[in-house]
Amino acid sequence: MTNLFLLQLLNGMQFGILLFLIAAGLTLVFGIMDFVNLAHGVIYMVGAYLAVTFSQMTGSYGLGLLLTLPATLVIGLVLELLVFRKLYDRPHLDQVLATFGLVMIITEGVEIIWGAAPLSVQMPDLLSGSVPLIGPLRYPVFRLVVIAAGLATAVALWLIITRTRIGMRLRAGATNRAMVSALGVDIKKLFTIIFAFGAMLAGFAGAMVAPILTVDPGMGESVLILAFVVIVIGGIGSVKGAFAGALLVGLVDTLGRSFGPIILRSFLDPSAAGQAGRVLAPMLVYILMAVILAARPAGLFGART
Amino acid sequence: MRLIPTRAWAATLLFAAFAALPLIAAALDDAYLVVIATRILAYAIAALALDLILGYGGMVSFGHAAYLGIGAYSVAILSRAGITDLSLHILGAIAGAAIFAVITGAISLRTKGIYFIMITLAFAQMAYFFFVSLSAYGGDDGVTLSTRSTLFGQPVLEDDTALYYTAFAILLGLYLTAVAVTRSRFGRVLTGARENPVRMQAIGFSPFRYQLTAFVISGCMTSIAGVMLANQASFVSPAYMDWHRSGELVVMVVFGGIGNLLGAVAGATIALLLEEWLAVLTEHWPLLFGLILVLVVLYSRDGLTGFFRRRL
Repeated sequence: MTNLFLLQLLNGMQFGILLFLIAAGLTLVFGIMDFVNLAHGVIYMVGAYLAVTFSQMTGSYGLGLLLTLPATLVIGLVLELLVFRKLYDRPHLDQVLATFGLVMIITEGVEIIWGAAPLSVQMPDLLSGSVPLIGPLRYPVFRLVVIAAGLATAVALWLIITRTRIGMRLRAGATNRAMVSALGVDIKKLFTIIFAFGAMLAGFAGAMVAPILTVDPGMGESVLILAFVVIVIGGIGSVKGAFAGALLVGLVDTLGRSFGPIILRSFLDPSAAGQAGRVLAPMLVYILMAVILAARPAGLFGART
Repeated sequence: MRLIPTRAWAATLLFAAFAALPLIAAALDDAYLVVIATRILAYAIAALALDLILGYGGMVSFGHAAYLGIGAYSVAILSRAGITDLSLHILGAIAGAAIFAVITGAISLRTKGIYFIMITLAFAQMAYFFFVSLSAYGGDDGVTLSTRSTLFGQPVLEDDTALYYTAFAILLGLYLTAVAVTRSRFGRVLTGARENPVRMQAIGFSPFRYQLTAFVISGCMTSIAGVMLANQASFVSPAYMDWHRSGELVVMVVFGGIGNLLGAVAGATIALLLEEWLAVLTEHWPLLFGLILVLVVLYSRDGLTGFFRRRL
């Protein structure tokens, strides 16, 4: 039981870290530009596909991953210049619709290029083993690497935001966009950089999970909506909130699915518990969101509503 | 105010065209036309309902497909329980939608703007997962309905034309109701709350109550569309509440031009016909549909009707 708990704890953390990489870019864009981007999930999906293709071309997953980063950065840049830039001053409704259109275009484009069938990529031999945890329990090295890489990214993001000039501008922009612009900061350039950077983080997340998940055109969508939940829980615009929210959602979702039925069994009969568990577990994160919102409408770390 | 007589004329024309459609289909000997048109009517009901809160209340709900699903599943669940009458299916749908709308609306309306959009989307996804894990009703695969709803105990809706006219009557009734609602004191307060909630509060109205009531009315109306869709397809699955469907509903409202009700009906017609037409052209029609959507949003601020209005 403790072993299973430890295993699921690690799985939950890994899922949470993945959600953080996606939510981080989204929350910056939401917080600073007041911009809803439904197309963020498909960039994660495109990142996974690019990682598959680049890995096959170079014969190495590591190289594939490295090539995916600049590629998704460029995709983010192009989308910002062509579409998003025109939408900053528009109502949220327009932003939602235009980015919804982009989701349709990119998803269908991916199906045309790569086909609708799921793809997979070979895990590098070096990372394909497993390490012993407590007792007979072992855990795949690659998943630990995903956790470590995500944590390293979180630390790097924190350093950039709190210690560098661009991070300072970013924080200032989130507080008062008009004032920062008036003080002579090229806010448009800042937006472009944030957008491209967020796209790269999503692409990174996609490339990281390509070896452990199947790569298919629908993979971005469930993750996008969960990233929204993360942002709503954490508070819009707060990277710290995104980190806390992502871990919370990752852990609650993973532990809920494996332990929900077990806990229910203590006060329901087994078959009813199994059924109730299956129905309740996927709803758990949304219920969590509802509870947190009822208590704090601005989210855990949000300053504004 | 000048617009209202124009809208009455346009509405008369549009509804007359819908009323005559089965005759045209019969003359062309094209039974499929009635099938598509029934779907259009059902989606028009949903778009109309969404326009009520989106256009008049300023609430961008990106989770309205949940109510389509609630309506569709009320047909499946009640039919299995031996209750087959359409009016009871609609009552069941309204009851289910009202409960879901009161709870999720009360939480979502504590927030606004981007938060509201994301939260309505998240709650719809929750409903989606609920029905996906409902293995008694086929889970992800859904269930096929062996019969359509009955009308006064008679299986008249098995006939496609009868189903069409039933959907037509419901749409017409709901359209007239929605027009009356927006012109009522309630509708004025709702619009006022959209424009300036603080001022509405100051003159003694609680925006929250009016917005929540509108949200619940809209959800209930949308669930009726779900009942009609389930009957049309004789099939119910969680796909009705896919978040793409929610997006399509918003697209319909915007295509028609938000905040004039008739636009929503026109928008549903335009969007579904466009889909049908593009699907004939290529199997990759979502690519073209998405492209048109992006261009419409970027270059025509009042939807397609606004685009034409400026040209005329």
